[in-house]
Amino acid sequence: MRLPIQSGWLLVLPFLLLVGGLFLGPILNILWLSVTDPTPGLGNYAQLVTSDTLGRILWTTIRVCVICTVFSVLFGYSIAYAMVHAAGPTQSRMLSLLLVSFWISVLVRTFSWLMLLGRNGVVNSGLEALGIISQPIPFMRNELGVLIGMIHYMVPYAVLPILASMQSIDGRVVQASRSLGATGAQTLWRVYLPLTRAGVVAASLLVFIINLGFYVIPAVLGGGKVLMVAEYISVQVLVTLQWGTAAMLAALLLFGVLTLLFIMSRFMKLSTVFGGART
Amino acid sequence: MRSSLAAKLNTALSWGLLVLLVAPALVAIPVSLTPKRFLSFPTNELSLQYYDKLFASPEWMSSFWQSSVIGLASTVLATSIGTLCAIGLWRVSSRAGEVVRAILLLPLVIPPIIAAMAFSRLFVPLGLIDSYSGLILAHTVLSAPLVLITVSASLAGFDPRLEQASRSLGASNWVTMRRVIMPGIKPGILAGAVFAFISSWDEIVVTLFLSKFSVYTLPRRMWNGIRENTDPTVAAAAVVLMAVTLVAFAIWALASRRGKPAQ
Repeated sequence: MRLPIQSGWLLVLPFLLLVGGLFLGPILNILWLSVTDPTPGLGNYAQLVTSDTLGRILWTTIRVCVICTVFSVLFGYSIAYAMVHAAGPTQSRMLSLLLVSFWISVLVRTFSWLMLLGRNGVVNSGLEALGIISQPIPFMRNELGVLIGMIHYMVPYAVLPILASMQSIDGRVVQASRSLGATGAQTLWRVYLPLTRAGVVAASLLVFIINLGFYVIPAVLGGGKVLMVAEYISVQVLVTLQWGTAAMLAALLLFGVLTLLFIMSRFMKLSTVFGGART
Repeated sequence: MRSSLAAKLNTALSWGLLVLLVAPALVAIPVSLTPKRFLSFPTNELSLQYYDKLFASPEWMSSFWQSSVIGLASTVLATSIGTLCAIGLWRVSSRAGEVVRAILLLPLVIPPIIAAMAFSRLFVPLGLIDSYSGLILAHTVLSAPLVLITVSASLAGFDPRLEQASRSLGASNWVTMRRVIMPGIKPGILAGAVFAFISSWDEIVVTLFLSKFSVYTLPRRMWNGIRENTDPTVAAAAVVLMAVTLVAFAIWALASRRGKPAQ
């Protein structure tokens, strides 16, 4: 019944060639560069042990990623829970807000945060006018600002996989738990949370993966004070032209991302993760 | 009883969070209307002078057209190859196909900074740095996976027996594709095209590495404006950038709402 298999593969070919030739091939070239530039060997990787700067950058990256992931997933869980339990029209209004924020350019948001969080920004002058603070809170050029910007960006990414896993729960399970005498908190903790574990794990990994390589928000809101891997790579490539170090960091980043992706694939398919964006 | 109160609190909190997700981005609107000479909020009066300045500036306008050309060209390419690929993988539907699908989705999750390095390394010897073709190709690679996802989602609800029926009634491969499959998955193709356009229109990291002088997209010029952080024209540009994204998004939302009862 099925069509000859070649006709299917023939349609896949253009995309496969494009990704292979323009994306995966050059990435392999970067990996190669990490062990050959400037001299063949593992010299670039040895810097990881010898260089304090690199150690600090990796530590900052991981710390920011972990904090951001925890908050994004917490907020995401709360939003997804409210969405699943909302009536149809309300649910679609909530989804629209979520998707609008999902698609608004990261540059526009970063710009807005600059306006909101600066020394004389809206947040500081508002708090001062209300008498809550006497000195402006320094949000910019530190981790606080970077975290606010990144969590704000990542919440929709956290919602989508959790939403997908909540939508697949049979509502009668929750009813059964309640009618057998469990309290709301017990039902949430012992029934609902375990059933949505796959979504939570997938959301956490997705958010963490995207954070690891985040460039725009740390670079602008961190103002050079919160140096994360992606910004350091760009400085190595665009300013100091040290491709070897940059390639080594890119290899490290790639290894981390692919490992986490592999773990994630055990819990949820990548297309399901993003597919949640469709109504 | 207690849980329903908790649920209500959670719903209220979620609405707050959702509003907070969108609201900060809108700050660019009042800033763009400031009458002052520096980046600030308007206090007494509003002024459209920075929109005048934006639309009168040859630099901003050329960036606007460049972004449009690159966005539209990469959308056409990404939508074509992404749709073909989704149909191909749907027909194949084997384990090997799923492995290939996972590989083709990689551009979505591999950090853009790595993609930027890879493209710039490849494009220097090919002479594609700072060229339209370079950026169009790069954006196509980055956005075609979105089309693959949306079209595949449409195909999941498409009855394969329709294709078999069409072919057993004597329609050729091409006619089946154009007259039977394509109309059935139109919502997915449209969603993919819209998302592909937005992702190219907003793209900055790869563009930072690939554009130098002659090709300078809107996000690229905004990036400079944000780093200098003085001229309010950048706020007007941010509003225009966002408005185009929202129009594209609205096209998708309206089309998918209209398409729903038929599905």
